[in-house]
Amino acid sequence: MIERKLLLGDEAIAIGAIHAGISGVYAYPGTPSTEITEYIQASAPEVRSRWCTNEKTAMEAALGMSYAGKRSLVCMKHVGMNVAADAFVNSAITGVNGGLVVLAADDPSMHSSQNEQDSRFYGKFAMIPILEPSTQQEAYDMMKYAFDMSEKLRLPVLMRIVTRLAHSRAGVVVDDAMAQNELNPDNERTHWVLLPGNARRQYASLVAKQPELMSWSLSSPYNKQAVEADKASVGIVACGIAYNYVMENNPKAMGIPVVKVSQYPVPESLIKELAQKCDSLLIAEDGQPLVEEQVKALVGSDYKVKGRLTGDLPRMGELTPDCVGEALGIKVEQTFAAAQNVMPRPPALCQGCGHRDVYDALNKVVAEYADARIFGDIGCYTLGALPPFRAIDSCVDMGASITMAKGAADAGVHPAIAVIGDSTFAHSGMTGLLDAVNDGSRITVVISDNLTTAMTGGQDSAGTNKFEAICLGLGVDPEHVNVVVPLPKNMEEITRIIREEIEYDGVSVIIPRRECLQTLNRKLRQKRAQQ
Amino acid sequence: MKKDIILAGVGGQGILTIATIIGDAAAVAGLSLKQAEVHGMSQRGGDVQSNLRLSTDEIYSDLIKQGTADLIISMEPMEALRYVEYLNNEAWVVTSSQPFKNIPNYPDEQQLADEVAALPHVASLPIEDIARQNSMPKSANVILLGMAARYIEILTPEQLRQCIARVFASKGEAVVQLNQQAFDLGLNAVK
Repeated sequence: MIERKLLLGDEAIAIGAIHAGISGVYAYPGTPSTEITEYIQASAPEVRSRWCTNEKTAMEAALGMSYAGKRSLVCMKHVGMNVAADAFVNSAITGVNGGLVVLAADDPSMHSSQNEQDSRFYGKFAMIPILEPSTQQEAYDMMKYAFDMSEKLRLPVLMRIVTRLAHSRAGVVVDDAMAQNELNPDNERTHWVLLPGNARRQYASLVAKQPELMSWSLSSPYNKQAVEADKASVGIVACGIAYNYVMENNPKAMGIPVVKVSQYPVPESLIKELAQKCDSLLIAEDGQPLVEEQVKALVGSDYKVKGRLTGDLPRMGELTPDCVGEALGIKVEQTFAAAQNVMPRPPALCQGCGHRDVYDALNKVVAEYADARIFGDIGCYTLGALPPFRAIDSCVDMGASITMAKGAADAGVHPAIAVIGDSTFAHSGMTGLLDAVNDGSRITVVISDNLTTAMTGGQDSAGTNKFEAICLGLGVDPEHVNVVVPLPKNMEEITRIIREEIEYDGVSVIIPRRECLQTLNRKLRQKRAQQ
Repeated sequence: MKKDIILAGVGGQGILTIATIIGDAAAVAGLSLKQAEVHGMSQRGGDVQSNLRLSTDEIYSDLIKQGTADLIISMEPMEALRYVEYLNNEAWVVTSSQPFKNIPNYPDEQQLADEVAALPHVASLPIEDIARQNSMPKSANVILLGMAARYIEILTPEQLRQCIARVFASKGEAVVQLNQQAFDLGLNAVK
């Protein structure tokens, strides 16, 4: 039955994937991708959808489901692609059996991220097709298309979205669901056992498929001349969501032709035709100048190509209808000047949050050591970098607190303290802790356990109720695995333990454990509603 | 006809509920809609905003161009001022007059109130107080929606009022009635 729904881009993708007959979705939460998996979990019990420990385990499980002949979706934020990269790149070498779509949600302007890397580079690197929807409707429509293409080409397909699509709502017309694939494991071992002999053949086959990928791109319903014009001083190549910002400025009224690109490899002949009609090209793409670089190579050095590299568009940050308009010579309207009485209002840890007590305790003890360093990690507790705590000295990537503390301790830093959340520890902290144990590093690891993945809205955390066992199993001395309850009334006990463990010449672990207030309140509300 | 609205506030104040009600009304009325929301890190007590675009024609951009917004609906006065660069000449600002102070360098309250009052088209009321006085402490956002209702124009107040029933239906008849009452309080306060 065809119906129209008001959907977030993430929700449109979720429904598109369910309707494309997926049998599993594999993901680790990460803004702005989280709502895809949440939606599938809430609405499609026939789809396997438990949260994974990290993006690499997610990618591999999805590949396993594909191997078995069924369709699978794997979702992550852009930096998750770095974690999944080994499996991702090699999935292009093995190829797929059941359709496999990798969804990477990029975050230009770093609304909730530590960089704005552009996942399209990963797709190009792995030499597979990439889809980049401009609208929520395309995001829905593209899922069936992507799974069909994946099975026809026998390759994984990357779908790249940005925050503004993921977290923006629009009307979407949805159709009926397809049936799931039958179990049908692949028997072709030479495709899946990537010994060098097999891998060379598989890579040669991937290389040989590239012209086919180009013809898919050229005949794609998502790549097209969107605005026609005979001759123009400038033509626009509008990629993914940037197409909306271009169209908002009404290029038709200015006689500017537009080619819309939402499938890669870059449709070369379509862009060459546009270039022949125009004196110059403007490349509008959200993220890094991937298409701009390729088009420059395509049209030659005498032809003028404008974009982020030339300063016609900002080199970094999310595009806006204003900056795209300016690149077309449309002035930004200034009716009101910026207000005077406005101050930044950064996010902060919730009042009563256990992380607050952890930082209060750490700050008290660390004040006694001139050379102390606290290595932070990714999560709500990264907000400990801001006032009033100003408690952490670093935050780089998932798990880096423990390993950076180890390296700094190796270099002579003391005390070297790591602060990591429970979900982040399960994601990428365990292996680093093993390194530290094996090397007898003098570090103190604080696993601030709130029993959930809080920053992204309270998803299950893979290691809940297992942290003491994990630490002991990795070889931390039982005498130096401590559990405390982070509350102001326990401040004396917590600070005493931190002091003792800093003085211990080896790896020690302190686990302050108290449930996240957001998830606790949600549970209480649900309980009341049931009564 | 189009209406570009900026919803503003502090994480947790309930601007997404306002967006949901307007969005539901727009869907029922068959309007085109795009609504960019803020999820993730900023929801922890930081500033949040949502670009809500309604039109009888196709809408392209999820974001509103500077100098073209028709309406700011804000749960907090400083947050209303944060987006004045986006307003057009005829635009209205509908805001709570009550500061939410969770930063140490919050501006001087009188200066802030004066700057809000100096805007050409403003409706400003202490909605948190009104909500408390009327025993509906959690409905300040719906009072604000009521205040904004006659400036949304592309939808009538009655269309919005009907959607309150749908959006709150799962929470029971008492909650629906309370929120419709809150909506009417806001609507009648700016006559």
